[in-house]
Amino acid sequence: MIYWQIFLAFFIPGILGYGGGPALIPLVENEVVGRYGWLTVSEFSEVLAISNALPGPIATKMAGYIGFQQGGVLGAVVGVFAVVAPSLVLMLTLLNILMKHKESPKVKRLTVFVRPVVGVLLGILTYDFIATSHAGIGLWQTILIGTVSFFLLEKFRVHPAYVIAGSLVYGAIFLS
Amino acid sequence: MKQLHIFLAFFRVGIFGYGGGPSSIPLVYNEVVKKYKWMDDDQFGDILALGNALPGPIATKMAGYIGYRVGGVAGMLNALLASILPTILLIIFLLTVLNKYKDETWVSGMTSAVVPVVAVMLATMTWSFIKNSAKSFLGWGWTIIFVIGSIIILEFLHIHPAILIAGLLMAALLKKDSADNKVKERQS
Repeated sequence: MIYWQIFLAFFIPGILGYGGGPALIPLVENEVVGRYGWLTVSEFSEVLAISNALPGPIATKMAGYIGFQQGGVLGAVVGVFAVVAPSLVLMLTLLNILMKHKESPKVKRLTVFVRPVVGVLLGILTYDFIATSHAGIGLWQTILIGTVSFFLLEKFRVHPAYVIAGSLVYGAIFLS
Repeated sequence: MKQLHIFLAFFRVGIFGYGGGPSSIPLVYNEVVKKYKWMDDDQFGDILALGNALPGPIATKMAGYIGYRVGGVAGMLNALLASILPTILLIIFLLTVLNKYKDETWVSGMTSAVVPVVAVMLATMTWSFIKNSAKSFLGWGWTIIFVIGSIIILEFLHIHPAILIAGLLMAALLKKDSADNKVKERQS
């Protein structure tokens, strides 16, 4: 019974949440705090705070941890499966259909039509990150870290993993 | 060997993607297009567009599909587990054993310092998609019209991206093929 509830609690955000993991957070809260009462609001925000402080996708970390808390290892597996599987199956089906017809002029046109929109969506995401950074660490730190990482990534072709690791060290020392 | 590469690519995406799925998009791009060259910019753009048009976490949709394309069902499971398992274990460990660290200032310092880095990576990707778009038969003129149109639709009319993408998919599929001659002429 608890496994079925865990499944439903993460299946619903998984199929209703648009815009990636962070967009799922309020939906997850609605289920685990509002419907099932597994966590209080403040417990939920603690889980969220730690999730945010750790790397990796948010939604699966929350599903994994809350599932584990409610139903042990099997609960964690059920929670992660419920949040990941439905949308992935949909994605595989649709992209496989597209790939079968990739030589068709209609499908080629599709790529061309969608490309500027992908550009805009990425642009909006860029703006969101800059705004978050500006609100969090201020204008000068944002410009400083942004400029240094731009040169490292684009001019000196440093692997992003090293630049991110470097920024983590910088943040731990200078932004604490 | 291929499975090892899939594992390494998505393991790095998982442990270096701070800020949830969307901030790991440029990392996926870096591994999949630039490092291992499993696909080109366009194919990646299609996957990203469809990923955005469908509900659910973005990182796992991309990892699952790309893993499947490169290495079949085993590749799919491999990519999924590599991107999510390390951090799930980490959070269970931290929340059960080391709960006290989350209020430390150095932890929040780390999280905020990585935001501008991700912004730079996203900005470069934005530019590469717009530049590639202008190189296609759309040219700069139509690209700019598409860009401004989508900004208005998404940001000012607050229409959901899934609806815009679905609309464009329909338009591309339903448009009469007579236009294709023009397409071929301009491409040649």
